[in-house]
Amino acid sequence: MEKRVYFKGWFLPALLITPQLLITAIFFFYPAGTAIWWSLFNPDPFGLSTKFVGFANFDFLFADSYYKESFYTTAIFSSLVTLFSMGPALYLAVLADRLIKGAGIYKTLLIWPYAVAPAIAGILWLFLFDTQTGLISWYLDLLGYDWNHLLNDTEAMGLIVVASTWSRVSYNFLFFLAGLQAIPRAIIEAAAIDGARFWRRFWTIIFPLLSPTTFFLVVMNIVYAFFDTFGVIHTITKGGPGQSTTILVYKVYKDGFVSLDLGSSAAQSVILLLIVGILTILQFKFVEKRVHY
Amino acid sequence: MSGMVENRGLNYWLTHVGLSFGVLVLFFPLWLAFVASTVTNAEVIHPPMPLWPGDQFFVNYGRALIEGDSGQTSASVARMLLNTVTVALGIAVGKIVISFTSAFAIVYFRFPARKFFFWLIFLTLMLPVEVRILPTYEVVAGFGMLNTYSGLIFPLIASATATFLFRQFFMTVPDEIVEAARIDGARPMQFFIDILIPISRTNIAALFLIMFIYGWNQYLWPLLMTTDPSMNTIIMGVEQMIGGQDDVTPWPVVMAASMMAMLPPIIVVISMQKLFIRGLTDSDK
Repeated sequence: MEKRVYFKGWFLPALLITPQLLITAIFFFYPAGTAIWWSLFNPDPFGLSTKFVGFANFDFLFADSYYKESFYTTAIFSSLVTLFSMGPALYLAVLADRLIKGAGIYKTLLIWPYAVAPAIAGILWLFLFDTQTGLISWYLDLLGYDWNHLLNDTEAMGLIVVASTWSRVSYNFLFFLAGLQAIPRAIIEAAAIDGARFWRRFWTIIFPLLSPTTFFLVVMNIVYAFFDTFGVIHTITKGGPGQSTTILVYKVYKDGFVSLDLGSSAAQSVILLLIVGILTILQFKFVEKRVHY
Repeated sequence: MSGMVENRGLNYWLTHVGLSFGVLVLFFPLWLAFVASTVTNAEVIHPPMPLWPGDQFFVNYGRALIEGDSGQTSASVARMLLNTVTVALGIAVGKIVISFTSAFAIVYFRFPARKFFFWLIFLTLMLPVEVRILPTYEVVAGFGMLNTYSGLIFPLIASATATFLFRQFFMTVPDEIVEAARIDGARPMQFFIDILIPISRTNIAALFLIMFIYGWNQYLWPLLMTTDPSMNTIIMGVEQMIGGQDDVTPWPVVMAASMMAMLPPIIVVISMQKLFIRGLTDSDK
């Protein structure tokens, strides 16, 4: 798409575009390039020497059982977060969409967790499940269940999933509600026979019409679980116990900043870069489709 | 908003019950955080903690605001809030300014390598700072920008989401407006200031909200960048207040700090809901 009418000259547009070009060159392209460079050249932490190692960093990564485990952990974690944040959001959106009055109030009451930083969400849930003083862990103890996410892998994973899901439901709710409200009313009215029949008709008629929104949200939630949940993990488990909650992004951070293994951390960044690239392409393909939809 | 549950039958009430249950579940952690921020530490560390606010509100919030965690590892919340507001405003304003001007250049001019620049900027879409943290850290350290506001701001505005958004919007602006402006003898910058900025103001405001919250909630980058506690932002600062293995965490003060870290963006989202939703749907699509 091009504008038919435009201004002439090259100096002014060059001047206008320069700030963004400079900032992206210095703080985006140069670091991204450095990551690729490091992944092939294995620098030592003090920058004294670098030697070309080809794909050795990648070979090493793919042979590393911790890295494979981290992939597996990321897959489980992002599937759980996507599923649990989209399911309840869809349910709430369908309910809100059924109301004649009051949907606006529920919208207000349901969207605010979006504004809570993942790290703060982590702290709130850590507080509730604190092994010594947490209210929920105390009640679980009363029921005879000994909660300890510091020792138990599954409980640690459960807790970071809950905290990540909690702040994500709002986002999905908003998009699902918008998606539902975009469906022609006549179709929804046809499906709006009370009770069990409503849900049957929902799955056969409305849910398929929502699929563009659903697909978009699946991609966005995977991206969220991959990257934005760093704060949740760093505040609650720090990747532990053992490696059990070390997702890929957390491993980049740990290997790079804690273990100072620059080559490996850079190689991991490059792999993440490829994953994001694929997700971005998926998302844009979808956006194209949405235009025609 | 025309909905489906017409009468006040069982389904009408089930709908409200379902929604209210969702609201309560989401509110539960926030409520307990608020309660914990109004009681004494002794009440919190001997479970079960109370479910109703106590009388220590001013004590805990005052202590957090002025002392932080009594000067152990973090700055005072007042200082951290100042840092966070500065960084969030810097990110929101900075990103809008550089994106708006470059989108204007790309859409309204024909200059050499225009396509190339567009794709260059487009390449940065969606690649989060988390992926390139280490090299970015080296760059920022090389410029001597560790523990500075500019070091906290620049790496976070180096992406093109907003440029792309403004470009899409400019494409929908009718060509007749530019034509009319040119016939009237308007120069590019006059068109930019007198026409383009005013007709874009809703988009700018919506994006400003999204970027402000994004900037406010940054965690990993400030964590790496700021070794000097006086440069801490509130989100990372709260985490630093939680004690390690041997320390006792002063939960009421931590929760008071958490409330102050959460409330500004929550208030922004709720009070400017329409604009916020618009920004969200614009910027993520």
